[in-house]
This record gives sequence, C-alpha cells and structure tokens, in this order.
Amino acid sequence: MVVGMLGRKVGMTQIFDATGQAIPATVIQAGPCHVLQLRTQAQNGYEAVQLGYLDKPRRLASRAARGQVAKLDSKRQKRLSAAGLQPVPKADCEPQRFVREFRGATDGLTVGQQLNVDVFAKTASVDVIGTSKGRGTAGVMKRHGFAGQRASHGVKKVHRHAGSIGCNTDPHHVFKGRRMAGRYGASRVTARNLKVVGVDVENNLLILRGAVPGPNGGYVIIRETNKL
Amino acid sequence: MSMQLLSLVEKASLKQELPKFTVGDTVDVHCRILEGDKERIQIFNGLVIAKAGSGSRETFTVRRIVQGEGVERKFPIHSPRIAKVEVKRSGVVRRAKLYYLRDRTGKAVRLKERRTEGEK
Repeated sequence: MVVGMLGRKVGMTQIFDATGQAIPATVIQAGPCHVLQLRTQAQNGYEAVQLGYLDKPRRLASRAARGQVAKLDSKRQKRLSAAGLQPVPKADCEPQRFVREFRGATDGLTVGQQLNVDVFAKTASVDVIGTSKGRGTAGVMKRHGFAGQRASHGVKKVHRHAGSIGCNTDPHHVFKGRRMAGRYGASRVTARNLKVVGVDVENNLLILRGAVPGPNGGYVIIRETNKL
Repeated sequence: MSMQLLSLVEKASLKQELPKFTVGDTVDVHCRILEGDKERIQIFNGLVIAKAGSGSRETFTVRRIVQGEGVERKFPIHSPRIAKVEVKRSGVVRRAKLYYLRDRTGKAVRLKERRTEGEK
C-alpha cells in the first residue's frame, strides 16, 4: 500500500528524548485525507491514489471539483445510471483544497476512505515536499552561495558581486547557464530522510526531526522515504 | 491555531514542577553529566542574568567569573539534564536582562540583596 499523506506545516519546536538530548522537531498537521480517486493499470496505465486534504467551501470550488466528490445519489448520477452507465465511485466529501496523487500499489484502499496520520505509525523516516519561502530577487551570494568580494584592499561598491562572468573576444558571449542574480525561492523542494519522532493520532500531528521547506501553514506532501 | 498545536507537542517535554528563581538570583545549577554509563551531578554556580524563550524552548543564562574571566552558560529550563536549581541569594533588579553586568568587574557587580519574607 502507498504510504503517503498531505498536510500543513505547523511550525518548529524542540523536544527532549529519553537521554535528555534536545531534538529539533517540525510539527506537521497531516491529514485526515480523503481518497478521491484510484488510478488503475487497466484504465490509466499506472497505479496511483489521489488524496485530498482540507475542505474547501463549495462556492469556491469549480464545477469539476464539486462533481468529482459528488454524492452517488445526485440527480445527474441517477439519470446516468438510468441510461445504463456504470457509476464511477465518488468520495462523497466536500471539495478539497489540496489534491495530489501518490504512485504505487493501491491495494487496501477504496474511494471515499479517510486516511489518518497513523499510516506513518510504523514508518522510520519520510520525505517531505513543500514550496520553499520566496526570496524575490536575490543576489548571487544568497542565491548561489558565491563568496562575494573582500571588504577592503581596494574593493569598491562590489562587496556582494560575483567576479568575472566569462572571457573576452573569444567566445564573445556569456555561456548559457551562467549563475547570476534573480528570482530565488518559492520552488518545489524535497527534504529527504527525515526521522519520524512521534505520531499524535488524536490531533493528526506528525513530529519529524529536522526542518521542512516552506513557511508555517504551507502545504506539504509527506511520503515514506526511498532513500536509506 | 498553530501555536496551540505546537504547545500540544511540547507538553510532553515540559517539566511538571519548574524550579523557582528569577533574574538577579545567584543559583547553583545541578547538571546531570553522563560519563560512559555513569551519571554524576556537576554544579554550575552563578548569577542568572537573563531568561528567554517560551514553552519547551525556554532558557536561562547563568554568569560567573572563573579565574578572572567571565563565563556564561545557557541552560534549557525544561531539560531533563538539569536536575535542580538552588537559589543561594536573590538580588534586587529593575530589568529583565542584566547584560550591563558584562561591562562591570569586582565590586560593581554586586546587587542589593532582596529581603526575604521572614525578615520583614
């Protein structure tokens, strides 16, 4: 079965382990997630499960999103089945804010099922995918970790600049891929192999060791790590 | 919402009974030190010059003079490695952070002692 979940970053804190060591911990509100759809080999050419997290008001959801989770006994559905069409399984929940697919075997999962954070109860470590904090236009020191230039010894007004960006007459242009200043952050980042410190099923909280990309309240995708 | 959820997680790491002391107190901090599989208690004596943070991240700073050199150590209040904090003397202070003591030496470091309830 796929071990994955959607959630939101709550924030960081520290907790003490049995030996008294302080552990830097990220708290994630993971789930409950609805199973919205199952992708099958026969129909889609691959196996995957589509999960949704956090209810969205119906007035904000698109017609398609409302239809995806609609009840089976809706008027439209009745008309379709009267016409002899096989009803597609529906999740029968509110439209979801955050919807993502997880690839993998879908045995033991049914559409409409609710997944809780206890899917991670036996997991040692996870990967967390989030959108990193946007930094706007950033210089080369922040964006690429360049060393900048000296504070003194004749350096004037270019302390945070890059050095040379290429040669002269030959090749007569700057090579493609030259690292320069520009937009930085607000991109998809995966934090890999984060240890699971604790699981709080009652409050749907997942406690991980280490940091997770993105701001507090940002949406994250959590899945069992494939890096060992 | 998020702060409430964080405090839920921190709750397990908090001490039931916090040692009672304030900024300006001279304290003995009993630290548990692990040597191999043996445990012993080491005492760090000094003046509490600051408290910072909240929840399980709350810390306090203790300053003392060792061989003429100022030494500051920061302890997490809720750490299980802090066995006990004993108040030796308590001084009268008018601010939350006593960083001004860092610039002073000798007699100038003294704080006026706070009268205990019994003596009043």
